Amino acid sequence: MSVAEKTRIAERLAGVGYIADPGLATALALMDMLKRPLLLEGEAGVGKTEVAKALAAIHGAELIRLQCHEGLDRADALYEWNYQRQLLAIKAREGADPDTVEAHIFSETYLLERPLLAAIRRVDPPVLLIDEIDRADEEFEAFLLELLSDFQVSIPELGTLVATAIPRVVLTSNGTRELSDALRRRCLYHVLDFPEVDREARILLARVPGIDTALALQVARLMAEMRKQDLAKIPGIAETLDWAAALVGLGVPRLDADREAVFETLACVLKTREDRARITREVTDRLVGKVA
Amino acid sequence: MAAPAFRTPDAIGASVRTRLAGFIRTLRDTGFKVGLAEAGDALAILAAPEMARPSALKPALRALLCGRRSDWEAFDALFDAYWLGRGVKSRVALSGAMAGAKPSLGAPASRPGTSEGPANDVSRGDGVADADAAPAGKREGASRAESLARTDFRKIADPDALAEAHALAERLALRMRARLTRRARATRRGRRVDLRRTIRASLPSGGVPLDLVRTRRRERPLRIVVLLDASGSMSLYTGVFFRFVHGVLDAFREAEAFLFHTRLVHVSHALKEKDTARALDRMSLMAEGVGGGTRIGESLAAFNKGHAARVIHSRTCVMILSDGYDTGDPERLGAEMAALARRCRRIVWLNPLIGWEGYAPVARGMAAALPHVALFAPAHNLESLAALEPYLARL
Repeated sequence: MSVAEKTRIAERLAGVGYIADPGLATALALMDMLKRPLLLEGEAGVGKTEVAKALAAIHGAELIRLQCHEGLDRADALYEWNYQRQLLAIKAREGADPDTVEAHIFSETYLLERPLLAAIRRVDPPVLLIDEIDRADEEFEAFLLELLSDFQVSIPELGTLVATAIPRVVLTSNGTRELSDALRRRCLYHVLDFPEVDREARILLARVPGIDTALALQVARLMAEMRKQDLAKIPGIAETLDWAAALVGLGVPRLDADREAVFETLACVLKTREDRARITREVTDRLVGKVA
Repeated sequence: MAAPAFRTPDAIGASVRTRLAGFIRTLRDTGFKVGLAEAGDALAILAAPEMARPSALKPALRALLCGRRSDWEAFDALFDAYWLGRGVKSRVALSGAMAGAKPSLGAPASRPGTSEGPANDVSRGDGVADADAAPAGKREGASRAESLARTDFRKIADPDALAEAHALAERLALRMRARLTRRARATRRGRRVDLRRTIRASLPSGGVPLDLVRTRRRERPLRIVVLLDASGSMSLYTGVFFRFVHGVLDAFREAEAFLFHTRLVHVSHALKEKDTARALDRMSLMAEGVGGGTRIGESLAAFNKGHAARVIHSRTCVMILSDGYDTGDPERLGAEMAALARRCRRIVWLNPLIGWEGYAPVARGMAAALPHVALFAPAHNLESLAALEPYLARL
């Protein structure tokens, strides 16, 4: 990896609308160089999932997503036999040679691909997003570790399937459970924070059509102030984008030009009743006064 | 670490290799989990063109070698100290290379003149050489152990006896761990058959239920969160209690530990250290900067705000070990205790002072906290620690 490569990745990400911080560009460049998965941590709403989407976009690769949840098992994540079809096939071939039938119903036609199997069987390396790995059980994490180190899966009836192309793997975690050291060691690691003001402004310019630089800067500054307030749910980048889109849609040219609209559209940003009660009209006015 | 054994690009000189190995060793000492494969990849990064510049090297090594948020936050300072020689003081503090001048909560060694060393009020008098106070083995038999069990930790004067009390606390914890684990295993048996899933699972075998699927209770393992008061007055109890918790820990797969005095320090890493003595050392290191006064309310507020969402779930027991002498605002303590009690399953407050004769929880802070406490128990001697077992088992 070279510095040039890092810059190139950052530029290509910007080209698809993802404004990355320099550390993330380095980590993504390293992913290709070292062939390791990338583990992203950070608050909800800082754009962890977006990283995988942007990565898929710049490589023109397919994005395969595995959303983790409690009780996720191999049948949901890896593969399952299509039992109904198998039963039908057995019925349809009644009287035929049992060995032929057996060989037939355990062929790949009857295999249901789940995300992990799909990811290692593509010809072009896809981007595999394993979202919220901390929600899955520890057993599953151990299994995943095995898959991520060998990129092969053994299916008892079929034999071992080896990856045709090594996928780029992105894991995200919200920290609801401590991940194992083994998994952490295996992965590259990056912490995503809420963007600083000018990066958030650049994100707004890239993602919200029709927004001008001055409004984007004001919105970004106000969001930075908002995150310093003692809120129960700190608004993420998605909220910023929604809110900016709402303001543009209502034709608000500047935050200080139409404070009424600003206060009313805060529903895009504040998502709990306490937060709504905390950011009163006066607080909003004070914050707008600060950033305008 | 044997640097030359790595699969190395030849472009890298031996001196750089040694430096890198040293850096990785520093990281490991600080608690980073770095394996051989990572070290090899780090070398590959170093060999890449244009990587000699620190501005390029730092983010790359950070992405590779960090595994968790605490690593991430410590990395920049460590990197600067090691490669650029900046802020050397902070490196020493973090890597634990400095042997002297740190308050130790654990081993019964103390330095006259500091106020935090355990047992200093008892061994100061005749200036006995404290350095050789390491656990020296037991001189007497069971009767000695028995009498130790009832003695307040505070009153154990002899460093040997204190070391023995430490060892006993650990043995006690190990025995308790075995029993607690066995109980958990026994309750895991005897679940009912889940008919719907069994039939579903029998499809591949043509409707013959080869494998019985049993109902699974979605149970989250119990988690213990320990908040230890590290103020001077408590240090004697904190050390022994930490050893106890460390020993009992494996029965509970999940545990987190925090120290507080004037602020809150996260010490779970120390708790995960396998060797007890080293764990205690690391915790003492993290407890550095113990200042005057205890702000329980503010420390709890910091916990509620910064850590509670992550470490507390519905099956969490919070154990607070403190004498309840709070220099902060008692109302704040009450409010934060209420907030904490809403989140977790129950709060246990262990107060060594209960073991003292004539103690009543009248200190204003303690009185404010009491309504939210499920169990208010002493932890001043081995017997009182042993008495905790039935309670832990019931959680």
